[in-house]
Amino acid sequence: MQQSEFLNVVMPFKDKLFRLAKRLLVSTEEAEDATQEILLKLWSKKKAMENYNNVEAFAMTMTKNFCLDRLKSKQAGNLKLVHSNYEEKGSQLQTQIEAKDSVNWVERIMEELPEQQKMVLQLRDVEEYDLSEIAKMLDMQPTAVRVALSRARKTVREKLVQKHNYGIG
Amino acid sequence: MELDKIEKLVEKYLEAETTVAEEKALKTYFSEEKVAPHLEEYAPMFQYFSIAKEEQFTQQLKLDTLASVTSKKKFNYKWLSVAAAGLLLFGIYFGNVYRENQIEQEKARIAYQDTKRALDLLAENFSKGTEKVAYLNQFEETKQKIYNKQ
Repeated sequence: MQQSEFLNVVMPFKDKLFRLAKRLLVSTEEAEDATQEILLKLWSKKKAMENYNNVEAFAMTMTKNFCLDRLKSKQAGNLKLVHSNYEEKGSQLQTQIEAKDSVNWVERIMEELPEQQKMVLQLRDVEEYDLSEIAKMLDMQPTAVRVALSRARKTVREKLVQKHNYGIG
Repeated sequence: MELDKIEKLVEKYLEAETTVAEEKALKTYFSEEKVAPHLEEYAPMFQYFSIAKEEQFTQQLKLDTLASVTSKKKFNYKWLSVAAAGLLLFGIYFGNVYRENQIEQEKARIAYQDTKRALDLLAENFSKGTEKVAYLNQFEETKQKIYNKQ
C-alpha cells in the first residue's frame, strides 16, 4: 500500500481516533501522542490492513486498548497528577468563568464517568456510531452497550440538574 | 418539531432506545434558541456533543518519517547481518593468524631452550677437557726438568 492510499484510508477517521483518545486521556498532548502512535502502528500493519473489512472499527479498538494501557501504566498516573495540579492552580476568576459555562460542565461531568461509559457516550453521542458497531469496537455485548449508554446519559443529566439547582450553572 | 414529541424522544434517549436519526433531530432542536424551560437542562448536553465533534487532530502526520522509519528498519536488519558476517570472518581470520603466531613463538621458545641446553652441555665438557690439559702441562714441565738435568 502506498502512502497516498494509506492517507486516503486513514484521514476520514483520524479525528475520531483523536477525540476518543482525548476523552480517555484528558490531556490534549497525550491524546496527540496516542493518535500518532496508533497511526504509526496502522502504517506498520499496512499489508494486513487490506484484509480487514473495517479499518475504522479496527483503529477505534486499537485506540481504546492503547489508551486503557496508558491509563494503567505508571507514566499516565504521573501525568494525571500533573494535570489535576494544573487545574487547581488555575486562577479563581478563570474557574468562575468556566463554571458559568454550562456546556463546559458536560465535559467535566464526562471526565468523572467510568471509562466504559465514557467511551460508549463518546462513540454514540459525539461520533454517532450504531450500537452494534460500538459493541464490536469495544468488544462488548450489544445489550451491555445499551445499558452503559443509558446509565451514562442519566448520570450526565442528573449532574447537570444538580449544578443547575445549586445556581452554579 | 412538537414539544410532546421531543419529550418522548428525550425519555427514549435516556433509556438509550433512540436511533441515530432521532438523536440528530434532538441535537438540532436543542441547538436552536427556543428550548422549552423544563427541557433547558438537556440543552448543554446536546450542545456539548455538537461542539465536541468539531475538535480535530491538528498535528501533521509525518508520513515521510513514517516511511523512512519502516524502510529504515528493514535496511538496518539487512546491513546488520552483513556487518555481523564481515566481523565474524574478520575475527576468524585474525584469530587464526594470532593463534599461528602463538604456536610459532612457543616452538621458537622450545628450540631456544633445547639449543641452550646443548650448548651448556658442550661448555661443561669443554671445561672438563681443559682440566685434563692442565695435567698434560704438568707432565710437560716435569719432562723438561728431566731433559735439562741430563
